Amino acid sequence: MSGRPIRITVDGEALTGIAGQSVAGVLLAAGRISWRTTRSGAPRGVFCGIGACFDCVLTVNDVPDVRACRRPAADGDEIRTQSREENA
Amino acid sequence: MSRHVVIVGAGPAGLAAVEHALRAGARVTVLDQAESPGGQYYRMSPEAYAAQHGGPEFTRRRRLLAHPRCQWWPGATVWAFDRAENRVHVLRGQSDGGGRQRLTLVPDALILATGAHDRTLPFPGWELPGVYTAGAAQALAKGERVAIGGRVLVAGAGPFLLPVAESLLDAGAEVVAVLEANPFATVRKGWSARPWRLAAHAGKAGELARYAATLARHRVPYRFGRAVIEARGANSVREVVTAEVRADWSVVPGTERTYEVDAVCVGHGFVPQPELAVAAGCALDGGFVRVDDGQRTTVDGVFAAGEITGIGGAVTAAAEGAVAGRVAAGETPGPALVRARDRAHTFAERLATAHPIGSAWRRWLREDTIVCRCEETTYGELVRATADPACPGPHALKLGTRAGLGPCQGRMCGPAVSELCGGTERHHRPIAQPIRLGELAARTEGEPE
Ligand SMILES: Cc1cc2nc3c(=O)[nH]c(=O)nc-3n(C[C@H](O)[C@H](O)[C@H](O)COP(=O)(O)OP(=O)(O)OC[C@H]3O[C@@H](n4cnc5c(N)ncnc54)[C@H](O)[C@@H]3O)c2cc1C
Ligand code: FES
Repeated sequence: MSGRPIRITVDGEALTGIAGQSVAGVLLAAGRISWRTTRSGAPRGVFCGIGACFDCVLTVNDVPDVRACRRPAADGDEIRTQSREENA
Repeated sequence: MSRHVVIVGAGPAGLAAVEHALRAGARVTVLDQAESPGGQYYRMSPEAYAAQHGGPEFTRRRRLLAHPRCQWWPGATVWAFDRAENRVHVLRGQSDGGGRQRLTLVPDALILATGAHDRTLPFPGWELPGVYTAGAAQALAKGERVAIGGRVLVAGAGPFLLPVAESLLDAGAEVVAVLEANPFATVRKGWSARPWRLAAHAGKAGELARYAATLARHRVPYRFGRAVIEARGANSVREVVTAEVRADWSVVPGTERTYEVDAVCVGHGFVPQPELAVAAGCALDGGFVRVDDGQRTTVDGVFAAGEITGIGGAVTAAAEGAVAGRVAAGETPGPALVRARDRAHTFAERLATAHPIGSAWRRWLREDTIVCRCEETTYGELVRATADPACPGPHALKLGTRAGLGPCQGRMCGPAVSELCGGTERHHRPIAQPIRLGELAARTEGEPE
């Protein structure tokens, strides 16, 4: 994957990734391994990597509950991290 | 007019089905929720794949998607199947996005090739960030060149751990060890039964030798009879505790060892994704879709191939897909295709006997160990609910503890909960993939031709 660089923002902070990576891939490559909290407040990030566990959900361009591992990152995406209360 | 065969899933099974349905003269529509074909196996660019595996298979099959009788729909999620109307409901657009296009198809024959996801048994700390399934580590390393950590432990059961370790090394991680929970005696016995049949899988032997060489070159120990029994850390994994386990996976006291790591990936085999088959009314056997010699399910016109019918790796999945493609298109598959499929099944059987799941894994759990990741239901709560006479049966158990009622709908905890609490797994999820309410209310476009 030698592709074109892309830029996204996560809670306002700019991150760079490579075209073809998922939102989860960009976050992990930037060293962020958790971005959601459960009802009890525990942190979560990627677990299954293919869309089965729903541990990795976040908000992409104001659309909540997007699985970060399933969504290809696009240049200019604005990502917000989520807590359980928000997606209830 | 030729038959219209709709294929859900463009992994090894789905792509082989496309090829053979086209050869039998059918018109084919193939859909996958992913943006590119290949499923879980061919997760890299075709160029990278050819360089690593040297096989022209994928490139050849991928080319078929441009065949004049083939329609390829990437980014197409099948979220429901309406049995009464024989209608496949599809959403096209960004995954989990709003405002996707709603389409329906009414096929002459439907082939389900929706694959499997990892099975990971629960253990204390498995919910910590930094713990991943083996498949997640593989998908990120192979498909995105992202290593899940700097120092990684790979553990669980099955030969899949080896390519995972290789991909992690390739992506720049240090792999501290690869641990197979089954003792060497079990693994050897499973693989060497009826050795004359292994000749058919000579390719596999070469692959194994390559993994062994890679691990040796990087000085990564590969140990049998050891398992991860705990992950520790405050907000993410800092260390993992492993222990020697017996054939039934009970811990040998005093053999615990702690590794400092920043990630661990654990896989105990795979679980099928049969939601659509269940929606279609297909019978299951032990969670897998039941098929006959022609890959027909118990529902007329609905076929299944690949890991939803049994776990046997990419070669087995493709062999089944080939037969399904022929039969769905109205042809009788030739003896060579049938033989290849049956041979592949012996490989699947061996895989299962060489890498079983030991029943004593539940003794790794503590009172406060989370079993259902979504609802954070603990082992203690499940045990108490199972003993409670007011809570008989799996349904009451779920309502009482909320295990399996979170967003993943029991995909992650289902097998563990049914093993711990008895009762069979309930697979019926009327909506196979998430759909937003606005999308549900919107008008369906592109009604069937
Ligand atoms: C994460 C992961 C990584 C793996 N990596 C490897 C590997 O590197 N090497 C290896 O030997 N084996 C790997 N495996 C094992 C692998 O699953 C099988 O060997 C093989 O890919 C099975 O082929 P299949 O065609 O049955 O299913 P899959 O390859 O899983 O293909 C199923 C396809 O169906 C699609 N799909 C599912 N549901 C829907 C729906 N509702 N709507 C639309 N599309 C849908 C999926 O997007 C997927 O592309 C991996 C497994 C997993 C879970
Ligand atoms: S990591 Fe499991 S759904 Fe994304």
